[in-house]
Amino acid sequence: MVQTLFERIGGDAAVDGAVDLFYRKVLVDDRISHFFETTDMDEQRAKQKAFLTWAFGGPKEYSGKDMREAHKDLVAKGLDDSHFDAVAGHLQDTLKELGVGEDIIGEVMSVAGSTRDDVLNR
Amino acid sequence: MARLHFEDSAYQNRDTETVLDTLLRHQVSVPYSCRNGVCLTCMLRCSEGPVPAAAQKDIRETLRIQGCFLSCLCHPIADMTIGLPDDSLVFGRATVTAVDKLADTICRVRLLPAMPLYYHAGQFVNLHRSDGLVRSYSLASLPRADSDLELHVKRLPGGAMSNWIFESLVPGAALDIDGPHGGCYYLAEESDRPLLLIGNGTGLAPLFGIARDALASDHLEPIHLYHGTRYSDGLYLDRELRAMATAHDNFTYVPCLSGDEVPAGCRRSRAERAAFADHSALADWRVYLCGSPAMVNKTKKLAFLAGAALADICSDPFEMTDKRAVPRD
Repeated sequence: MVQTLFERIGGDAAVDGAVDLFYRKVLVDDRISHFFETTDMDEQRAKQKAFLTWAFGGPKEYSGKDMREAHKDLVAKGLDDSHFDAVAGHLQDTLKELGVGEDIIGEVMSVAGSTRDDVLNR
Repeated sequence: MARLHFEDSAYQNRDTETVLDTLLRHQVSVPYSCRNGVCLTCMLRCSEGPVPAAAQKDIRETLRIQGCFLSCLCHPIADMTIGLPDDSLVFGRATVTAVDKLADTICRVRLLPAMPLYYHAGQFVNLHRSDGLVRSYSLASLPRADSDLELHVKRLPGGAMSNWIFESLVPGAALDIDGPHGGCYYLAEESDRPLLLIGNGTGLAPLFGIARDALASDHLEPIHLYHGTRYSDGLYLDRELRAMATAHDNFTYVPCLSGDEVPAGCRRSRAERAAFADHSALADWRVYLCGSPAMVNKTKKLAFLAGAALADICSDPFEMTDKRAVPRD
């Protein structure tokens, strides 16, 4: 049976490790940290985990509508391509740090990239 | 869309509403306080229909199997028949055994529950005054060492419960309590992880209990307790904590004062600042935070950025505003 990306990466436990690493990078980045100032950290972490699980092809569904709804208020506060790129950059760095292979990183980044228009409500 | 059957009426639940929202919109009088899944005051019992798992997350197993759930977290998935939980299911009686003033605005209340309460030091109980006023207090006592429950009460300006406790509560009085609740306590299987405990004011209560629990469990790694307050009068367990530090090599106690007068042996700093100045790499640590929601949220972020996993940061933010519950009777 062909393994999904999620399984190849190491499943749920691997995603847990990735989420903390990724979230720390986002929180200390002055370009984007202000979008997270008032968020509940546990809730935010759960959302990021759900997103990464999905981006890795794991058991989680996401629709464009969810993405739009979740980011609507942030877009109103000025969320744009530069912020999307910053977050995507942190995701890429996280995967590199975890020793994920280039080809897998490419797959994840293309899944993540496919959400751009929905995230930015275009 | 789900319908809620409560007592003899049915109420239509709107899409984004919780059960509590729906009841309040219809002016149904049910007790509630924090509306955030923390205080458990709004607990109801479901006798028919499915209960979403998210609404039972922090409820004790014994209550969960009876269908008890938190109405403020419950987004119904189908029709439900609900009611107030039977008081005998939830409440226990307790007798006040001591009320000791530890500082100008802090007192220690000791209670003897009529039925033994199985709890961990650091969890909390709700105290119910006979008129329906409810407040949550953390447990500073250690079940294996203390027969009584120990709570630390800070007298707040305009605080209905705390002023009543200071002025009127005397040994021999009976109170209703419910609990224990909360997940902020020592985990014996983690005896090989360093612990960082940071608390302000009477946020010391659960941390005192957790530290004693860890030491009584022969915790192997260091335990660092930072207690912050404004004036030295607020370091209300100074003597006990210094004695603990003398008796245990792996326990350190750091009293921190944010006011101008700082006696020898105390740090002039906020507790959270002193803690992160001393410990900046927290990977694999367990962190316990207790204080105002603002302090807890800020400190949680700092602990996370210092390397602690979010799942390893236990916090117990106390609500201080008077969000008076609607009386039960």
